[in-house]
Amino acid sequence: MKIIQEKNKIFDVVIPCAVFIASLLAWEAIVNIKNIPVYILPAPSAILTKLVEDRALLFSSLLVTLSVTLKALALATISGAGLALLLAQSKTIERALLPFAIILQVTPIIAIAPLLLVYLEPAKAVLVCAFLVAFFPILSNTALGLASVDRSLRDLFELYHASPWQKLIYLRLPAALPQFLTGLRIGGGLSLIGAIVAELAAGAAGQGTGLAFRIVEAGFRLDIARMFAALTLISATGLIIHGLLAVLTHYLLRNWHESAREQTE
Amino acid sequence: MSAQRLVSLRNISKIYPNGVTALENINLDVRAGETLTLLGPSGCGKSTILRLLEGLAQPSGGEIFWHDEQIKNNLGAVFQEATLMPWATVFDNVYLPLRLKGHSRINAKAAVEESLENVGLSHFTKALPRELSGGMKMRCAIARALVTKPSLILMDEPFAALDEVTRFRLNDDLLRLKEKLKATIIFVTHSVFESVFISTRIVVMSKMQGAIVEDFQVDSTLQRDENFRLSPRFNELSRQASTALNHAMHLSPRELML
Repeated sequence: MKIIQEKNKIFDVVIPCAVFIASLLAWEAIVNIKNIPVYILPAPSAILTKLVEDRALLFSSLLVTLSVTLKALALATISGAGLALLLAQSKTIERALLPFAIILQVTPIIAIAPLLLVYLEPAKAVLVCAFLVAFFPILSNTALGLASVDRSLRDLFELYHASPWQKLIYLRLPAALPQFLTGLRIGGGLSLIGAIVAELAAGAAGQGTGLAFRIVEAGFRLDIARMFAALTLISATGLIIHGLLAVLTHYLLRNWHESAREQTE
Repeated sequence: MSAQRLVSLRNISKIYPNGVTALENINLDVRAGETLTLLGPSGCGKSTILRLLEGLAQPSGGEIFWHDEQIKNNLGAVFQEATLMPWATVFDNVYLPLRLKGHSRINAKAAVEESLENVGLSHFTKALPRELSGGMKMRCAIARALVTKPSLILMDEPFAALDEVTRFRLNDDLLRLKEKLKATIIFVTHSVFESVFISTRIVVMSKMQGAIVEDFQVDSTLQRDENFRLSPRFNELSRQASTALNHAMHLSPRELML
């Protein structure tokens, strides 16, 4: 049984890696066989060469985008979880504030970005855009977690006359942790998307150091290989953020929550 | 019958917001040392009585008299499911009532360990609920209910979801603990055999507004062991409870009025 599980684990890693490498090789082969010019579709090897050649420029831009993404995620986590706690305390507060949160959620960030660029300096506008995108999933998931505590456990705490503070610390926060972490994982990906979208909008307004700006700039110069190189860095960043948050989720929930246990078993 | 009354229900009614009348005009005295079983079909209001006593629901009419406020403030309760915090160890789950009363972990350690020993879970203090069987989870819930040494324990069909063997074993353990802790138990079940085995008094309720159709004593001096389960007296009491339950299930509203 254990051998079968080990084999399954190996297949889980080997199969996607093999398919990914095969895709890259096919891409490389098609470009070479068809003699596709680099300004139309560069081969993976050309993208890698570009990544190495322009590393100073691209990695400094990566740091800018990464800094915005992480700051936005941190702000969204604190304010999203904080507001969810506030909403959980009172139905009145929830009714008063929830419409604003929903309006922010349903309004496309690309439509808000130009307005923010009018009111804020570009660096701050990009940060606010990334924050707004990441904020709602963390808020809504945490609020859902806080509101969906097992009824019998709530009764148990009532029976023992737990104070609101005790209910929060010993019951609602641990019970809401899985949903909060789901929100965090969604927010992690969206904060990067928000940062890129805002950088694209801000690019024309003079904010020009992030990876998104490098893509726009390379597009103007028809430097398609650099566009792909910047895109590769963005994808890698997204994967790393997702991976780190998945590891954090697994570490915090592995002992007791079904979602983490399924991955272990 | 002369034992001290712990709690009295007087003309209690409970109508839920959806208009369903769960209880109407219920009168019941619970006396110290009893193992009082509320026996009745599903939906007859047995659990509602426990929720009213636990303070988790309020009566729509009538009054509940607690003859000693301390008993009210230190109830033990076991629900239909074990209701354990999945993120907390067995120790932390049992420690919960004391933690909520402000006891530090160090101060509570001895009481928690004693309670776990009472239910045979001494070696599982660090286990998480998911690592326990259904019976062990219920033992953990019982340990938690006993950790504050309550005088009155309310148990709402705690063993309904367990297999017969585990249920028998937990019935035995429950009686042993009751004897040791000198507690009073109100036990809800719809199992005739379980009610006869553990009770000193059986109250049979009808599905019609939770009316009490029969209230009879089971000799408390009877030795509750495997021999009792096989004895003619057990059969006789089971037949009595079963007949009362059957009667309760087929009562018309008119008969209830009479």
